Amino acid sequence: MLTNFFKTSTTAAALALATSVPAFAVDLEFYFPVAVGGAAADTIEALTSEYAAANPDVNIEAIYAGSYTDASTKAVTAARGGNAPQLSVLLSTEMFTLIDEDLIEPFDTYLTEAEKSEWIDGFFPAFMQNSQTGGNTWGIPFQRSTPVMYWNKEAFAKAGLNPDVAPANWDELLNAATALTEKDDAGNVTQWGLRIPSAGFPYWLFQGLSTPAGAILANADGNKTNFDDPKVVRALQFLVDLSKSHGVMAEGSIDWGATPKAFFEGESAIIWTSTGNLTNIRINAPFDFGVGFLPADERFGAPTGGGNFYLFKDSSEEQKDAAVDFVQWITAPEQAAKWSIATGYVAPRADAWETDAMKAYVEEVPAALITRDHLEHAVAELSTYENARVTSFLNDALAAAIAGEKTPKEALAEAQAQAEAVLSSYR
Amino acid sequence: MRRDWIYACLLLSPAMVILVGFTHIPAIETIINSFFSTGRGRRVPEFIGTDNYATLLADPVFIKALKNNLIYAAVTIPASIILALMMAVFVNEKLRGRALLRMAFFTPTVLPLIAVANIWMFFYTPGFGLIDQIRGLFDLPAQNWVGQTDTVLYTMIAVATWKEAGFFMIFYLAALQTIPMPLREAAALEGASRWYFFRRVTLPLIMPTTLFVSVNAVINSVRLIDHIFVMTEGGPNNASKLLLFYVYEVAFQYWDTAYAATLTVVILGILCALAIAQFFFLDRRVHYK
Repeated sequence: MLTNFFKTSTTAAALALATSVPAFAVDLEFYFPVAVGGAAADTIEALTSEYAAANPDVNIEAIYAGSYTDASTKAVTAARGGNAPQLSVLLSTEMFTLIDEDLIEPFDTYLTEAEKSEWIDGFFPAFMQNSQTGGNTWGIPFQRSTPVMYWNKEAFAKAGLNPDVAPANWDELLNAATALTEKDDAGNVTQWGLRIPSAGFPYWLFQGLSTPAGAILANADGNKTNFDDPKVVRALQFLVDLSKSHGVMAEGSIDWGATPKAFFEGESAIIWTSTGNLTNIRINAPFDFGVGFLPADERFGAPTGGGNFYLFKDSSEEQKDAAVDFVQWITAPEQAAKWSIATGYVAPRADAWETDAMKAYVEEVPAALITRDHLEHAVAELSTYENARVTSFLNDALAAAIAGEKTPKEALAEAQAQAEAVLSSYR
Repeated sequence: MRRDWIYACLLLSPAMVILVGFTHIPAIETIINSFFSTGRGRRVPEFIGTDNYATLLADPVFIKALKNNLIYAAVTIPASIILALMMAVFVNEKLRGRALLRMAFFTPTVLPLIAVANIWMFFYTPGFGLIDQIRGLFDLPAQNWVGQTDTVLYTMIAVATWKEAGFFMIFYLAALQTIPMPLREAAALEGASRWYFFRRVTLPLIMPTTLFVSVNAVINSVRLIDHIFVMTEGGPNNASKLLLFYVYEVAFQYWDTAYAATLTVVILGILCALAIAQFFFLDRRVHYK
């Protein structure tokens, strides 16, 4: 209320003085979530103050808003209360929801044609799939990731596999995982061949199976899903069989958080997880490990993940201009490289990988290149209108199939019917 | 006479303002909202009568959450009360290290539930968590109780019971210390066994505490859900979804505020009915001094 009053009064004052005072400071608020530990928050603060020092006419306040879920709860609640931040980093998959809530504005309005072609087109196309719809750019990729496969080279050598070659397709993956699964005398598994975490949001890594199988889960307009595509069913059957028929992966839903730890402890020899864990695994794995693409079936493929910048509607034109300028600056090559090195997120533009800092980093951590090259095969993360609800239908179906309560076909058909009921009104 | 009335109003008003502002008006607004559709963007909420309630009755996730919550309540309430009473009787005796024991039993209450959930995550972790390290000593296979639809709810129940019992113990401990010594001596003279004394003297005398504790336990069985956020987010396949968690999900992740209001009204109704029932029926069996 009070800040609103100040905002209106400053705007009024700005209008009154516009002719006499040329540069009037613009206040920007910017919410950011932190999904990975440590350096992320500090790096954002550092980058923001660097920008503020170079642009004295802009006061920018970076506000840490918790997890992705917390951040979007805060941003939407604040926006509904008439107190929206100008910018927020939120999940790229929230695009349709935010459009539906009428809270955000496309970036295009505030860009010249030259900026559009130079800046917008400079981002990796895989990241733009979750950022554009209906010919507009609603999100600017920032903290983006993609899942990759990590494998324990020591365990590979011990199992008689070539430790320098990753399983490249589903058959090789299954063979390797079978060779890697070890049991003790009592018949209890001491090392699982493979770990694909499925607790919480199973749809994400499942897209690492359904995409190679040749399926795309939702259309680009975000109003139709293909959960019951036979290719999706086949991908789910493969996932279920890993535990139920082949016994190379633990049964039941598998926790995300403990996955890197399971890798360090030798509980699992191959894991799938986000590129965001690269730094963590590099520091803590007591053995040599490899990083590779998710194995191919019909094709290579994986979803992208992570967060985009969104521009909120409810601000003055000056604020929006300044906000767009800030986003352009923070995604510029030097800043993007700094951010990527500090956090492990994939630098979202090709030119960021050409900077000296990034080249030196790649020299030191060649695995970072894998994460970039994986993008060539990456597709949009599942995103639709009423995203959280529609995604929960798929999550429930996956969990039911993994638990053995339903067959993959039944579960996915049901999820598709539920999604249809919600999405048909958006066509 | 008139002055007294004004005086009373003035004294009551601070509490009334807070109660009305933060409890009653929101509750009434919630009930009103439950008869409207959710407004999104440019679409404004419309009056839709009892449509939300019809959706609710046909919503498999709501039915599942309701069932889960019933099981959750049916186990946590008696389990935490009985455990609390046992611990209270135990640390009420004169024994060595009594203060240390009391503190140990009370510790879970002092810890925030989020921290508790993280500790239990480590206990339950398949393969290298505490439980599996112990099971490994006996050559038992790794468990994945949190990851299985038929066991996950009970892992949540264990966490909640562990967390609550220590809190209730404090009330029982206080109640036990008010039991007059002469009663114990008289019973001893009469040759009553300890079990008989507990059943016929102690238990009836601490009945007011039991009522208080059980009302709290009922409320907590709906209210305490922090560990669900950390440990399962209601999964897998809604097997650990409780009503309040579902309300949060519908309101702040699906942004379907009208439907969330409908769910809230239902929870409110259930809780009111339970509270009234408890006071009416249990009150008759409670002896206040």
